[in-house]
Amino acid sequence: MKKIELLMDKHGLDLALTRITHQVLERNRDFSTFGVVGMQTRGVFLAQRITKRINEIENCTLESGILDTTLYRDDYKMAFRQPHVKVTSIPFDINGMNILLVDDVLYTGRTVRAALDALMDFGRPKTIQLAVLIDRGNHELPIRADYVGKKITTLSNQVVSLKVTEKDDEDSLWLMELEKGE
Amino acid sequence: MGISIQHLLGLDGISREDITLMLDTADSFYEVLQREIKVVPTLRGKTVVNLFYEDSTRTRISFELAEKRLSASPLNFSVSNSSVNKGETLRDTIKNIEAMKIDMVVVRHSCAGVPYFLTQCTDAVIVNAGDGLHEHPTQALLDMMTIRQKLGRLEGLKVAIIGDIFHSRVARSNAWGMSTMGMKVVLCGPPTLLPQHYESLGVPMTDDLNEAIDGADVVMMLRLQRERQASGAFPTIREYRNRYCFDLEKLFSLPENVLVMHPGPINRGIELASDVADGNNSVILQQVTNGVAVRMAVLYLLGGGENG
Amino acid sequence: MVKKRENDAFIRCDNSRPAPPLVIRQGRVIDPVNSIDRVAQVICTEGKIFGVVDEVPAEFADAPAIDAAGKWVVPGLVDMHVHLREPGREDKETIATGTRAAAAGGFTAVACMPNTQPALDEESKIRYVIQRGENCPSRIYPVGAITKGLEGEELAPIGEMVHAGARAVSDDGKSVARTNIMRNALNYSKSFNIPVICHCEDTAISQKGHINEGVFSTHIGIRGIPTIAEEIVVARDLLLAEYTGARIHIAHVSTAGSVRLVREAKARGVNVTAETCPHYVALIDEDIGRYDTNKKMNPPLRTDRDRTAVIAGVTDNTIDVVASDHAPHVPEEKDVEFEAAAFGVIGLETSLGVILTFMVHKGLLSPLQMVERMSVAPNRILGLGGGFLSRGACADITIIDPQAPWSVDARNFYSKSRNTAFEGMKLQGYASGTIVGGRAVFNRKV
Repeated sequence: MKKIELLMDKHGLDLALTRITHQVLERNRDFSTFGVVGMQTRGVFLAQRITKRINEIENCTLESGILDTTLYRDDYKMAFRQPHVKVTSIPFDINGMNILLVDDVLYTGRTVRAALDALMDFGRPKTIQLAVLIDRGNHELPIRADYVGKKITTLSNQVVSLKVTEKDDEDSLWLMELEKGE
Repeated sequence: MGISIQHLLGLDGISREDITLMLDTADSFYEVLQREIKVVPTLRGKTVVNLFYEDSTRTRISFELAEKRLSASPLNFSVSNSSVNKGETLRDTIKNIEAMKIDMVVVRHSCAGVPYFLTQCTDAVIVNAGDGLHEHPTQALLDMMTIRQKLGRLEGLKVAIIGDIFHSRVARSNAWGMSTMGMKVVLCGPPTLLPQHYESLGVPMTDDLNEAIDGADVVMMLRLQRERQASGAFPTIREYRNRYCFDLEKLFSLPENVLVMHPGPINRGIELASDVADGNNSVILQQVTNGVAVRMAVLYLLGGGENG
Repeated sequence: MVKKRENDAFIRCDNSRPAPPLVIRQGRVIDPVNSIDRVAQVICTEGKIFGVVDEVPAEFADAPAIDAAGKWVVPGLVDMHVHLREPGREDKETIATGTRAAAAGGFTAVACMPNTQPALDEESKIRYVIQRGENCPSRIYPVGAITKGLEGEELAPIGEMVHAGARAVSDDGKSVARTNIMRNALNYSKSFNIPVICHCEDTAISQKGHINEGVFSTHIGIRGIPTIAEEIVVARDLLLAEYTGARIHIAHVSTAGSVRLVREAKARGVNVTAETCPHYVALIDEDIGRYDTNKKMNPPLRTDRDRTAVIAGVTDNTIDVVASDHAPHVPEEKDVEFEAAAFGVIGLETSLGVILTFMVHKGLLSPLQMVERMSVAPNRILGLGGGFLSRGACADITIIDPQAPWSVDARNFYSKSRNTAFEGMKLQGYASGTIVGGRAVFNRKV
């Protein structure tokens, strides 16, 4: 893969998350019935950062949950090897809650579809809102994000790659291109 | 990345990476089993045949539950008595079942090697649920999962497996699987119920229970089939109990956190005293719970992809 | 699907007319009885050997000739342990197909075991087999049962069967479990100067076993047949033979212990001969691999230690005979669960190739010794009057191409069955021609 364009650096990432946080705050007033759930893998860290910002501003003690959608994917038949099942851990009862679902990239919408199914199996939230850092278009399902860090148009041979310091060596968001044979 | 095997025929020769992956995945499914809705749609549309040539309500139910919780369609095909040399051959049976478009076969059979035989007859994924005196890999995996859950690791732990080793496929699968995971396994039973030639199992054997459990982190008792007495393997139940029953006195000789396991069903008062089976060290029911998670993990890992 | 070699020629023996003259030219003639091992011409006429000569006499100059240059010309090989399944299981093999397989394997004669359905336990059944064998490519000598129905209880009419043409008695497939019955059988058979062929197996120990009991059986989870199941009965039968003075022949020796017991008994002067099979020379239990039912037989393939001891026994003549224990089975008895699969493998068409490859070409057996184990000794033990190329002897001759490389492919077999333990194995050497009573009954076209 080769790098095409730096979509966000650390500063850009901070700004985007802060903006999303403020938009969330504008739309949601009661944080006693509010929960944040990050989608594996990097959505988890974005959810934690958004939760931290909400807690600082609202002076509350929200915990963010972790959701792995592997078992709900509809493309398992296409994979030759089964993907690893990762941790799911939602430390609160989602029944009747307003849930903010956080992921790094919105692309086909299939992962979000799987996440909605998975969440529904945990209970019946009052509402589910979706926050993504990047909406790269080319949706295959009628799914739209409520909060978007940045909207771009991409080609199918391109990949949006997020790095976060919690897991990687830096905060960055790159548009990459698959090279022939990859 | 993914699992390197196509079928689960046994743990003999299975890599540490594959066993670890199966155990890690089982931990994830254990979490699913704690949810209110214990069903995930992962294997929706896949048909799994439970081909049981030997009575085993427990193992079959555990597999069936695992299949249902993965949204697969289970199909139970039980032949109460393995009527070998009569009626339809096994190859014809499996060919007929395959002709109905199935994806996976979970097989239990009194003849060793049947799961491998089936891989030569069909393209379906084969999971061994016990073959003769050979292997019972999902039982060994759930045993290791339980130990890892309770003691936090496998490497370096000592496990004593006690009872009718000769006729135990559980002992064999555990001997291979646990050794691969860096555990120290010792097999113990009366000499009449130990294999005469056991070098290929790669673990030591003894007929002395106290020697076997000395320093053990886990004590696994095996079920004693009463018909072994008729075949002359031991003189009386009483003598067997006196020599090999794991009771409170023996439990107290071991560290406080020792695990007591049993693949079930238990002969209370023969190989395992009731107060030990029901005591705080017993993880026997946890083994049963983990059995479903392990079988979900195995079905999930082997059930992906168009050709399995 | 089943492909036959189209080119090979078989003829049926029509014994109503004397065989025309036949000259086998330029072969290496190996005749241990007459201490011959040199390139020579073998002259046959009227079904008999006329002579082994350096120059073809003028009177035979125009006789039909076989060019055997580069080949071995040996007294006809005899497989003294085969199961031809007729009567009863003609779906597995018949006397006609079995003797074709025999001729193609280089055997001019076979001795067929009595565990047919019904068992060959009376005069009329012996006559039936002999009659069915008339005009077949190779000669057939029936072995009668020791006990009625092979049930180990009452002696079969041994005298009548011998009178009808039985050359030995055996309950092969089973041991005579009761020692007193076996003692009687040995004593009784002394009147007829025939060997009692002993299948040695203590079924109380071997019960439920399917392969050799050992490290490998523990590994693959199949119940084992311990070596002692064979050796206990070998020891018993040797003691009985020693005590009664009767003649016994230990069939299919598979263990190091049996070889030792026979060797010791021979040293003591016990009237015993012994045989082993090519598979015990070439294969061990681990070759069963992942439950290959075509390597399942009784006694089972043993360990490499046993294999080595068996080879040593063949080399030093503790084991007098190599016989195939040719045991045909239909696919539905082999293409099943290992423990449900029938015991037994076919061997008539691989026996010679395996012994050449695993013993002769490895220097473990000289060509002369091979002819002793596969022709001279079985002839002597069964009293067939052959095994040598002396003038006037019956013109039963095997022509061997000792070096020809080939791969075992059961689809090419003349046997009705395909259950060979050597499928795919590369061997060196086979019979290129088989002559029975002066007639070339099999001629391999390459």
